Amino acid sequence: MLNAPAPRDPAAWPRLLITGAALLLLWPGVALSEFDIFVLFNGANASLMADFLAGFWPLAHDLAFLAILGKATLETLAIATAGITLAWLIAFPASLLATRALSISALHCHGSPSWQGRLLRTVVRAILVVLRSIPEIVWALLFVRAVGLGPTAGVLAIAITYGGMLGKVYAEIFESVPNQPTRALLLAGSSRLQAFAYGLLPTASDEMISYTVYRWECAIRASVVMGFVGAGGLGQQVDLSLRMFAGGEVSSLLLTFLALVIGADLISRLLRETRL
Amino acid sequence: MNLKGLVALIVLLASIACSFAYLGTNFKELLSSKALHQMSVFLADFLHPDFSVSYLRSIAQGALETLAMSAIGTLLAAALGIILALPAAGRLGLPAKSLARFALNALRAVPELVWAALMVLAAGLGPNAGALALALHTAGVLGRLFAEALENAPAAPSEAIRLAGGNRFSAFTYGTLPIVWPQLLAYILYRWENNIRMASILGFVGAGGLGQMLYIKLSLFQQAQAATVILAMLCLVLAVDALSAWARQRWVST
Amino acid sequence: MNVRLTGVELLHTNGQRALIIPEMHVNRGEQVALIGSSGAGKTTLLRLLASSLRPSQGVVTLFDQDPWMLSGSIRQRLRARIGLIHQAPPLPARQRVVTAVLAGRLGQWPLWRSLISLVYPLDRAGAAQALARLDLEDKLFERCDQLSGGQLQRVGIARVLYQAPELVLADEPVSAMDPLLASHTLKVLVKDAQARQATLITSLHSVELALNHFPRVIGLRQGAVMFDKAAKDVHPDDLALLYANEQLSQAEVHPQRAQATVSRC
Repeated sequence: MLNAPAPRDPAAWPRLLITGAALLLLWPGVALSEFDIFVLFNGANASLMADFLAGFWPLAHDLAFLAILGKATLETLAIATAGITLAWLIAFPASLLATRALSISALHCHGSPSWQGRLLRTVVRAILVVLRSIPEIVWALLFVRAVGLGPTAGVLAIAITYGGMLGKVYAEIFESVPNQPTRALLLAGSSRLQAFAYGLLPTASDEMISYTVYRWECAIRASVVMGFVGAGGLGQQVDLSLRMFAGGEVSSLLLTFLALVIGADLISRLLRETRL
Repeated sequence: MNLKGLVALIVLLASIACSFAYLGTNFKELLSSKALHQMSVFLADFLHPDFSVSYLRSIAQGALETLAMSAIGTLLAAALGIILALPAAGRLGLPAKSLARFALNALRAVPELVWAALMVLAAGLGPNAGALALALHTAGVLGRLFAEALENAPAAPSEAIRLAGGNRFSAFTYGTLPIVWPQLLAYILYRWENNIRMASILGFVGAGGLGQMLYIKLSLFQQAQAATVILAMLCLVLAVDALSAWARQRWVST
Repeated sequence: MNVRLTGVELLHTNGQRALIIPEMHVNRGEQVALIGSSGAGKTTLLRLLASSLRPSQGVVTLFDQDPWMLSGSIRQRLRARIGLIHQAPPLPARQRVVTAVLAGRLGQWPLWRSLISLVYPLDRAGAAQALARLDLEDKLFERCDQLSGGQLQRVGIARVLYQAPELVLADEPVSAMDPLLASHTLKVLVKDAQARQATLITSLHSVELALNHFPRVIGLRQGAVMFDKAAKDVHPDDLALLYANEQLSQAEVHPQRAQATVSRC
């Protein structure tokens, strides 16, 4: 028994093959991404970076800078709020068009809507997919080119991306709430909008509000990031300060951003918990 | 509608009005026929994407670069995240725990794009900076998730190994890792999915991939080429979405 | 002398006394059974001996050393000489049996060896041999969550057999097995201890198993030693006193415990 040969491990070959395959896939990845972590530590780069990082403390807090900071913060908040408002203006009608819950033809044909209705819904849904699948910062870059530097580009970018997201989710909410009240109203001859206002909205509004507030919080984060391509707000200031190697300003801006995100998180949690 | 609702509505409308007023966006001018005409000329150029073979080849190169950047960044982040998660889960004493938590929060608080801008300064232009930036931010996110998973894992198996004389490291690898690795893997894949999307835009600050191509093409006013890059980004995002939805349905729900 | 307790007292966190043992010795190579009703302090005593619990008062001496006076790394070296068999072996559900058994020697292995064994078990023959002594060698590459409660208990025993410690502590190691298997498994444990001149201290629910397999039996009641004598000297009156007034509650507790063992992995 002592000298019995070691039993073969049935998992050995599969494990070896998986490891080999992973390395084989990863190797070109390392080459493609020109991955080299040591560049961070070589002489000139490292000392430059160290100087820059050392400048992060003390925080910049002179009056002129604080004025800029305050202005940028307000701008970020305004971009997010205005952007979400426009997004809602896009999303609300689009979701009414995209949802199956308000189909009149479906009432008569065993629940399946007519082909015209289906075509319209598919087109609207596809548009919403495109709107939200292109990252907001790409939209921002496009609008900066189209309408110039400044917060307007940011507002429009948020409006489009978040319009796509809100529209999709609203439509899903409409389809997930109980549909008997709406059907009853539609069968009784009311128009789609009437059926929506009296049959759907009362049950769906809570969820819609909570999701919209959540997206507003995301929009604040996004509006900071979009500043990097020139769409105003805190991000644009971070970009400027980084280019000027003003470490103290960068750290002040980042802390403000952090406070803003935490604050927005608190407000949104508060709003969602105290149902109106 | 009760009083509370009314107040909320008024506050909401007031803040929206204030926002538009503060931004001073002149929508009338923005929607004037002249501006609209300009915009339509600009946008019309996007309707003829460049589909020449040589250009598509460089797009594919950019997409692969983006994928590689996200994969390498996520892997590095997973390694850094687990190294920080061990002390953050309280396995090496209280001082180490608070220090590690602070580090994780700091890494996570700085957005990827800011890390990318910093890394471009530190490591030069190119996808390497993007991978490092993704690694730093994602390490913060994953580290926190990992630490939570480690804290929630039952302690008995690793304690049993400690009682048989094993050191902390073997207690972790033999007692805790077998319990938590499926969860850790799920977190890593989820973040990778997120990072592919991120990697495609990090190039805006010079960190390589599709983003850098788009930024350059738009700077050169080559709208047709830029449109192709945007289409490629769209395809990448949709493909990742579809793949992850399929994978989730296949493995997670069962 | 292998194990010695002097003036040991252990309090629960709520201040209640869990264990009080003024004096107890176990010599090298002895085989001792601990009996007593649930809550008598058998598990507490074993965890004290495994240096898992620290006495509130008094000294536990293991291999002539007080583990709580040692530095962390030397205590770990001491612990590598002690093997604790848990009633419900705490094995990760997804771990393979072979890895779970090999984990017994982590205290003796260098780091590189434990890391390689994690992905490619090196000493498969050793693990298979330990399992074979408990008729489980066919489960070598199964996952722990595919085993029954009794099989899992035997994997826990195999881990300690593989560890081959000088002091084996077993906390109701056969509680989820049928009587025949339980008897056989105890025989394996006792034989292993005899062959290696190791000390074996086992807590048991079944008095019959204790008297049949162990030369020395210690009866615990309410945290104190009621009797400590050779198995052949244990009188029915001793047992009646040990379990007095508690037969009823014990009958209720027993099946529940066995079930808890099966469901946990």
